[in-house]
Amino acid sequence: MSIQFNDETFRDDYTFRNSDWAINRFPFPFHEDHYMYSVNMEQHRGGPEGSVFEKRFDVDEHYVAEMRDRAQVLADDPLRCQSLPHMTLAGWDLLELIMVSKSEDYPDLFELHRDDDKWRWVNKPLGIDDSFTFMDETTLPYGPMEYITRQTQGDFAVLDQRDDNLWMDAGMITTQADWSLDFDIGMNFFEWHAPVPKANEMGIFVRALKFLMSVQQGAPARRLNWTMTVNPLLDTSPENYHKWGIQKTQMTPENVGEKQHLRVELQTFFRLPRSNGLVFPIRCYLISLDDLTSIPKWGRRLHRVIRDLPEELATYKGFIDNRPMIIDYLAKVDNGAETSPGIWPDLHLEPDAKA
Amino acid sequence: MSGVEKIAVRVTNIVPLNALVTRFEFKRSDGLHFPTFSGGAHVVVEMQDGEILRRNPYSLMSDPADQSQYAISVRRDDEGRGGSLFMHRSVSVGDEMLISNPVNLFALDLRARKHLMIAGGIGITPFMAQIKQLSRTNGNWELHYASRNAALASYGSELMAQHPNGVHIYYDDDKQSIALEALLKGQPLGTHLYICGPKGMINWVRDTAKKAGWPHEAIHYEEFLAPQSGKPFEVKLAQSSMVIQVGENQSLLEAIEAAGVDAPYLCRGGACGQCETAVIGYDGKFLHNDHWLTNEEKASGHKIMPCVSRFEGKTLVLDR
Amino acid sequence: MSKFQFPKAIFSRPVYTVLERRVGSHHLMVADAEGGGALLDLAKSDSGLMADAHVIYIPKHTGDTYSKPLAAFAPGQFYIGSSYEASVARLRRTLLGAHMGLQVYLAGTEGLMGQVQSEAAQAGISPESIQSEHRGSVARRMQCVHCKGITEDVTVDPFVCGHCGLNLYVRDHYSRRLAAFQGVCVNAEDPGNVPKAKELYT
Repeated sequence: MSIQFNDETFRDDYTFRNSDWAINRFPFPFHEDHYMYSVNMEQHRGGPEGSVFEKRFDVDEHYVAEMRDRAQVLADDPLRCQSLPHMTLAGWDLLELIMVSKSEDYPDLFELHRDDDKWRWVNKPLGIDDSFTFMDETTLPYGPMEYITRQTQGDFAVLDQRDDNLWMDAGMITTQADWSLDFDIGMNFFEWHAPVPKANEMGIFVRALKFLMSVQQGAPARRLNWTMTVNPLLDTSPENYHKWGIQKTQMTPENVGEKQHLRVELQTFFRLPRSNGLVFPIRCYLISLDDLTSIPKWGRRLHRVIRDLPEELATYKGFIDNRPMIIDYLAKVDNGAETSPGIWPDLHLEPDAKA
Repeated sequence: MSGVEKIAVRVTNIVPLNALVTRFEFKRSDGLHFPTFSGGAHVVVEMQDGEILRRNPYSLMSDPADQSQYAISVRRDDEGRGGSLFMHRSVSVGDEMLISNPVNLFALDLRARKHLMIAGGIGITPFMAQIKQLSRTNGNWELHYASRNAALASYGSELMAQHPNGVHIYYDDDKQSIALEALLKGQPLGTHLYICGPKGMINWVRDTAKKAGWPHEAIHYEEFLAPQSGKPFEVKLAQSSMVIQVGENQSLLEAIEAAGVDAPYLCRGGACGQCETAVIGYDGKFLHNDHWLTNEEKASGHKIMPCVSRFEGKTLVLDR
Repeated sequence: MSKFQFPKAIFSRPVYTVLERRVGSHHLMVADAEGGGALLDLAKSDSGLMADAHVIYIPKHTGDTYSKPLAAFAPGQFYIGSSYEASVARLRRTLLGAHMGLQVYLAGTEGLMGQVQSEAAQAGISPESIQSEHRGSVARRMQCVHCKGITEDVTVDPFVCGHCGLNLYVRDHYSRRLAAFQGVCVNAEDPGNVPKAKELYT
């Protein structure tokens, strides 16, 4: 199918909407009725047709609007995109990975024409048709990482691998769940995860690092992470927290279903060939509780997960104050029925399933 | 999950360089392009050597940006278990082989103000690719290359011709040696040191640098340990409920794989840590040959690196 | 308070040790205020070291308490700086001409040690070649995550950003690149209500 791109906003009047198509393919992150911190890593080599896992870099109906929002964030604060000097080669790796993947996976939307190092990139949804010399920064309007990630949904952390560690040495971070690239750039894996509760005690980060350092060329990996966001606000940055934090207090029992969103990150990991770096795309999907509970299994399961979540995790994820209101809303859709294993909607398993 | 992606290749050229070293060039069997790689990367080459499936790592020495071919250079080891002998004697132009995707355990530190490379003998191969990569990006580098004599200095004359100011070659037969202390003393802050060669050379350079106050983060080395031959032994694999035999010229990892048990690996040379395996019980003596486990871990009897290490004794039970 | 036992903290926060002589071709020492005492202890433990050392010392409020005895050890190069800002050009020049094998010894406040460490890292020194010993004030150097301004010598939590005026709480999350802790708006979700400021570590 060709995608109809929404004309919508992620700020001010919040006209963001998910179509039925987007709701049904939403990456619901809970495969069982409770949540525990885990590495939960799997190979990123496709997935069910139409799912967000199918392509290497998923493109959906929010693409054009998300890129408009990113351009606005960068105009307001260029520090959201930074690359330490030694990371330029990794930037070219990333540009190549995305251009090759998107032109192969979405030939109707993106074209890449290569004649040795003379490249032409056509991005139809954004109306871009640029010719440039690969590995020559002077032929692009931005550095290679910034150029391609202004055209790709999701945040991007570009990691250097050295001294048995991964280092956050470049990134495009405009839709972050409450961490600052400007502050964290240059940190190693343990340093940038330091604020996660109990991170020091959990061997989980040691295991995750070992896994990530051995991600190989041609064998990308993925996992899901999640949090809650009031309003479909992409830019939940600490930089602007003093402006958006107040929105968390504006939820009422009447508007919670419309305002409270589950925010899911599809995190993928690709080895970058020329630099031996690792890119960590963090793709954000938002869904309102009203839309989410239109899938009965998801509504029941989310209720149980949120209700039983340890307090420190609800605090870390920033919704401890609103949790009672969220639970009250979700309790109404939880009839106590069983939920099937796995993350898929399984509408055919519901008692009142319509044929 | 070994997770190592394989690429089917055809041998397109075999070039003897001198009495010991031969270059093998590959193209993809499917006619597509190879992935690019980073200088210092190796591939694992699969060899069906009679009954035994060998997987040996070799540094890629072709241009990392050249996606039309890969090349490795193999030194014949007459004393070894046979991987290099197989390459030298049994591989012909036109043969189909399987290699892994490139894996880099000897990468350049791209922050370096300067890259100082020390090569001994066949240890020149990863530097061949690194020098091509750095030349393309205007990197600041310098190579010091020790070899027995001019005839055995693989690629020596080619390197001298291309980089007369960056390459320094030393011949043992002429009693030439690297003036290491003076060389290390003059290096500007931000220099990174890379060493690839025989074990004695690696230890000498590392020790000298350490005594001169170099931090270990600035010292990089690669030594592929070839698995040693040894007495045959028996191993029980607890998870798989099997008892397997490890042959004289077979590594423990190869024996595990031959039994159809999937085991992770990356380097097969005792360096990367991927194949680390827990020991459930033993009665006998470990022959640890890796550089991954700490001395305490080796002494504990709880872990073994099956790619290069062996066992002598009555029973060994592994968590695999 | 000259020696302080920091509470156990998260992984990004620096950990301080006691300076000891390291093998190296050159020795660069930078200290402020009570940090001079740590250099003196080091000099006493190994008097031969100072002859090969370049010492940059910023006495701040300590007068000649430490500078006089330090001078008595006759360091190879001895410089007394009137402030960190005044000393930084000399520091950069020194790093520019330095060679591999240089050992760096830092002592004093977190702000001073963090900033020198950041300069040294930019010059290509790996963290392993740098030792830090905390002495003196436990005040923190804070970056405001909102306006990016740095406020020096913060001793209370929350505090007022010296640049944008927001009320910020003090996090343990630390950036070695910025040589600063992170300050985040404390009352974004409750604008009228700023918690009462407490001394750090109380």
